[in-house]
Parts: sequence; structure tokens; C-alpha cells
Amino acid sequence: MMTGVPLSWYLILSVVLFSLGVAGFLFRRNIITIFMSIELMLNAVNLSFVSFSYELKSVNGHLYTLFVMVVAAAEAAVGLAIILTVFKNRGTLNVDELNSLKN
Amino acid sequence: MDFFLLSLVKAGVVAAVLLTTLAYLQWVERKVIAHIQLRMGPSRVGPHGLLQPLADVIKLITKEDLIPPHVNKFLYLLAPFLAMTMALISISIIPFGGEIEVFGTKTWMQLTDLNIGVLFILAASSMGVYGIALAGWASNNKYALLGGLRSSAQMISYELPMSLAIAAPLLLLNTLSLREIVQMQSGYAFGIVPRWSVFQGPFPQVISFFVFLIAGFAETNRIPFDLPEAENELVAGFHTEYSSMKFAAFFMAEYANMITIAAMTTILFLGGWHPIFPAAYGADFVAPLIFAIAAGVCFYHGLHPARRFDRITLPVFGFVFAAMAAAFLIPALHDALIPLFWFAAKTGFLLFVFIWIRGTLPRFRYDQLMNFAWKFLFPVALINLLVTGLMVALF
Amino acid sequence: MDVILFLAFATIAVVCGVNVVLQTHPISSAVSLIGVMGSLAVLYLLLGAEFIAAAQVIVYAGAIMVLFLFVIMLLNAGEETRRGRSRLVQFLGLPLLVTLLGLFSYLVLRLFPNASHVRFGAFQGGTPAKFGRVLFTEFLLPFEVTSVLILIAILGAIVLARKEIE
Repeated sequence: MMTGVPLSWYLILSVVLFSLGVAGFLFRRNIITIFMSIELMLNAVNLSFVSFSYELKSVNGHLYTLFVMVVAAAEAAVGLAIILTVFKNRGTLNVDELNSLKN
Repeated sequence: MDFFLLSLVKAGVVAAVLLTTLAYLQWVERKVIAHIQLRMGPSRVGPHGLLQPLADVIKLITKEDLIPPHVNKFLYLLAPFLAMTMALISISIIPFGGEIEVFGTKTWMQLTDLNIGVLFILAASSMGVYGIALAGWASNNKYALLGGLRSSAQMISYELPMSLAIAAPLLLLNTLSLREIVQMQSGYAFGIVPRWSVFQGPFPQVISFFVFLIAGFAETNRIPFDLPEAENELVAGFHTEYSSMKFAAFFMAEYANMITIAAMTTILFLGGWHPIFPAAYGADFVAPLIFAIAAGVCFYHGLHPARRFDRITLPVFGFVFAAMAAAFLIPALHDALIPLFWFAAKTGFLLFVFIWIRGTLPRFRYDQLMNFAWKFLFPVALINLLVTGLMVALF
Repeated sequence: MDVILFLAFATIAVVCGVNVVLQTHPISSAVSLIGVMGSLAVLYLLLGAEFIAAAQVIVYAGAIMVLFLFVIMLLNAGEETRRGRSRLVQFLGLPLLVTLLGLFSYLVLRLFPNASHVRFGAFQGGTPAKFGRVLFTEFLLPFEVTSVLILIAILGAIVLARKEIE
């Protein structure tokens, strides 16, 4: 009853979320949704960091998670500013239509 | 199982008291605003309008609950639920008083204590933004959308000075658990000055007290920061399209947030349930004295009634107040009621300040609001945090 | 209790995660992503990471996602138009994803055959006090570097988003 959850379940959950993030990144065409898929992948990685931290009985994994969060915050600020600029100049959020470098 | 039962009883008591307070806070607000504006306020339903909240609840429940066409139904229904839940969840870790003994079981006057209590409150308040932002978006209405946009920008901006203002007293108190925060503020310097964060050395937290209170006004969307619901610009802002109980949910969320902010200010800065001066100088007799005076005033006006029904209602209130004054003197109840009184008195005063400011100040313009947050409040909170850290490190 | 909580919140996380990918409207994706982050915060609590759970809700769900929502509302981003996808993707995509997940799960189970069982309260190292002690002693340099990173990000965002002054 009180045996708890095997650690591998947490890791499998992390894998599932990461692959969902990858799928979203590959299949979606809206630049904001693509960005959110990246956040999903970062979250999945954070979960595995925290799980390993539990396994090793050390707080270091938590610190990496904090740094990932900080990087994600910085990335969100810059990325969303870029998205705003793109939308202002091109009037679209679809990555397929942002192809002026092609020709 | 005992623990489970105890928690259930405590949760029931806290929920009942909180919901009654929410309803009557609205009555108090209408009365106070009315008296500031030289009006009577609600006076028809029951003596002095005391049954007005009940009438309002009945009205809101029985009103037609309409969902406008072309809304995103899931998000439209999720938003009031989210706003309400996130507003009420914070109360579960607010300590109202010290440890008491009821029927032989010792328990704290607090639902539960978390060792990340302060962070929990911040998290709940930051999740509360979604209720308003999603309501504004899901309503499919341009005024609601503008209100939602304004509120999300405003709440992100004011969360920063708020967190910095919380961080400064935490440097002095050295804990994140709300119960320990209050315990750290017990005692008196020089035998008379309470060791609350606003008075505590080496650096009294007066500045962060005011920064926290101002940011709290903005977080709860109260005047002078009520731009998300500015009625002369945006109809009713983010809740334009909501009716019936869904509207009531937003309304109650706003009042619950007000209570949380006032309670948090009391706990972080004003020493929680500790009296304002030592019991040796008679602090325990303040509560019965106040209630006795209130009873006396009621009896006097009952004997010299201004209106016909005052002859009956005021003496009844007088007896209630006298009974409360007597309850404070009963030794068995004494230990439980005195901390509760001080906590309620401080929180109540702050809530009165909320209402007072609503009756006094006009609304900010939007650029003024943002300039105030980023160019004044944020630097002040930052400098205050730096100076506090320096003082704590030096002394 | 641990098992029930884990299964409940893992299910919520996976369902919301699938929703992030499948929803065509960015707002619905964003709300689902908030659901993922909220349930991950509960899982962090189960793993004894109290500070990280709070930071997850405050920073990720409370600040970053509000920013996303704000931008989506500001740009009034509509639904994504469905493009014709190749038949191959439609028929092979799902089975291949399941196969990949199966392989990964097998790998994880092979690599950690005797990993410990997670019990709530067994690991007490994630309290803010212990977290802060390590952060400001061992990890002081990375911490300072991230603060510089944040500063650069703020400057970049301001430069990118400001109005052109003619």
C-alpha cells in the first residue's frame, strides 16, 4: 500500500511530455504554439531533473531547474518581443508564410 | 482519522466565517461609502439594511443565467471558477491566532501551516490573473477584451514591487512559514514598542509596508487602480458579459482577495495576532472595553430613538455587544478570543482603509498607472530591499 | 496515496499535453499548457521539491504563461488554418509515436531497474532554506551569470518591442 511510485514512472512521464513537445514543435504552424511546445519540452526536462535529484538525494537538480526557469523567462521575453515585431512587419503568425529568405 | 475530522471541522468553520464576512464586507463597504458621500446607504432590507447581503444573494441566484452567443464556452465558464478558487485558496494558510485547546484537543487557529506559506500566497495571487484575463478574452466582447488586457498587464507589473516588498521583512524574520512569521514578531522592545516588522530593528519596514499595500490595491483591482473595470470607459470591463452567479463569483473573488491582502499585511508587517501593547499594561481589556462602549452607545440611542424602529433594534444590538464584551472576560474563552480580536481588528482596519480610499481617490490614467509601477514603486521597493539586506548583514 | 496522486496528476499532465498539440487555437493551447505546469508543480511537491513547486507556479504558470496569453490576446491570433498533410504522416504518425514512447519507456526501465520508490516526505532537501544555502555557496557564479542573462534579455526585449522614433 505505502510503497510509493517507482521513480521510472516519473521519467516515463517526462519522456511522454517531451515527445509531445517535439510533436507540437514539428506539426504546428502557428509561431506562438511552436514557442509553447518548446516550453513544454523544457518542463519535461525539469521533471526529470527533479526526479534525479530525488534519486541522488541532492538539491543540485532543483538548482538546474531554477536556472532552466530563468532561461525560459528570458527566452519568453525576447521571443515574444520578436513575435510582436514579426507580426507588426508581416501581419501573419504562420511560419510557412515567413519565407522571404527563401527567394 | 482524528486529524482528518479536526481538519474537516476547522475547514467548515473557516469557510462559514469567511463567506459571511465576504457578504457583510460588501454591506460595510456600501454603508461606509454612503456615509463618506453623506448618504444613508442600504437601509430598507432589515434593520439598518443588515439583511441586504442576503437579499443580494437571493437576487443573484434566481437571476437568469445567460451565456451570450459566440463565446468560447469552456473558457467562459472556467474563468469565474478559476478567479474564485484562487481567491479563496489563500485563506487556508492564514493563521488567525495561537494554539488553543477545544474539548481536550490542542489545535492551532489555522487550517494548515506550510513551510513555503508566503510563496503559496504569491502563487495563488499570480494564478488569479487568469480568471480575469480569460474572462476578458472568452467573452468575445471588445470592452471585456480591453479589460482583460489591462488587468493582465497591470497585475504582472504590480507583482514585482509586491514580491520585493514581501522579501524585505522576510530578511528580518528569516522564515517563510506564516505561523513562524507571526511568532517571530512577538515580544516588545523597551517593554512597550511591539516587535512587529514595521517597528522592528535594525531597519523598520515602513516603506515596504506601504509598497505592499499599494501593490495590493492594484492586485485586487481596487480604486484607484480599477482600470480593468473602469465603468465610464469599458462598460464593466472584464465581467461585462457575465450575469447571475458567475458575476457574483467575480465579485466575491475581489472581496476575498481584499481580505487576503489585508490579512497578509497584518501577518507580515503588523504582528498578526499579537496585541499592540503588552498585556501587563492591560491589553487584554481593550476588547471588552470597546464592546462595552458600543453596547452603551446602542442603549443610549435606543432610549433616545431618532427613528421609530430604533427603539427595538438598538437595544437588541446593545445586548449582543454586551454579551460579546462578557465573553472576553470568561477565562475559558479568553485565550482563544483575545488573539482573534487583535487579528480581526488589524485586518478590519486595513479593510476599512481599502474602502476609505475608494471613497476618496479618483482613478489613475493608464500611463500614470504603468509609470507609477515601473518608475516609482519598483525602484523604491528595490532600494528598500538593498538597505534592509545591508542592515541585516551589518547588525 | 502516493500512487493515486501521481496517477491523477500524471493523467492530467498528459491529457493537457496532448491538448497543447491538438488544439488549433493558441489560447486553448496556452490554457492546456498552464494545466501541464500546474500538475507538474504537484508532482514536484511529491518529489519533495517544495521551493521548485512554488517557483514553477509563480514563474512559469504565473509570469511566463501570462505573457504568452497577453501576446495572444494582443495580436488577436486566430485559429490555425489546416493545411493538407501527406497521407504518410496521417497514417504512420500515431503508430510511430507510440513505438517511440514504448522504446523510451523500455530504455528507462532497463537503465533504472532498481531505482528507489518515491515516497512523499522521504526527501527533505528541497526546502527554501537548504535550496538557498546551496544556491548562494556552490552555485553563486552561475546565479550571477543568469542575472546578467536576464538583464540582457530585458534590454533585448525593450529594443525589439519599442516604437520606431522617426
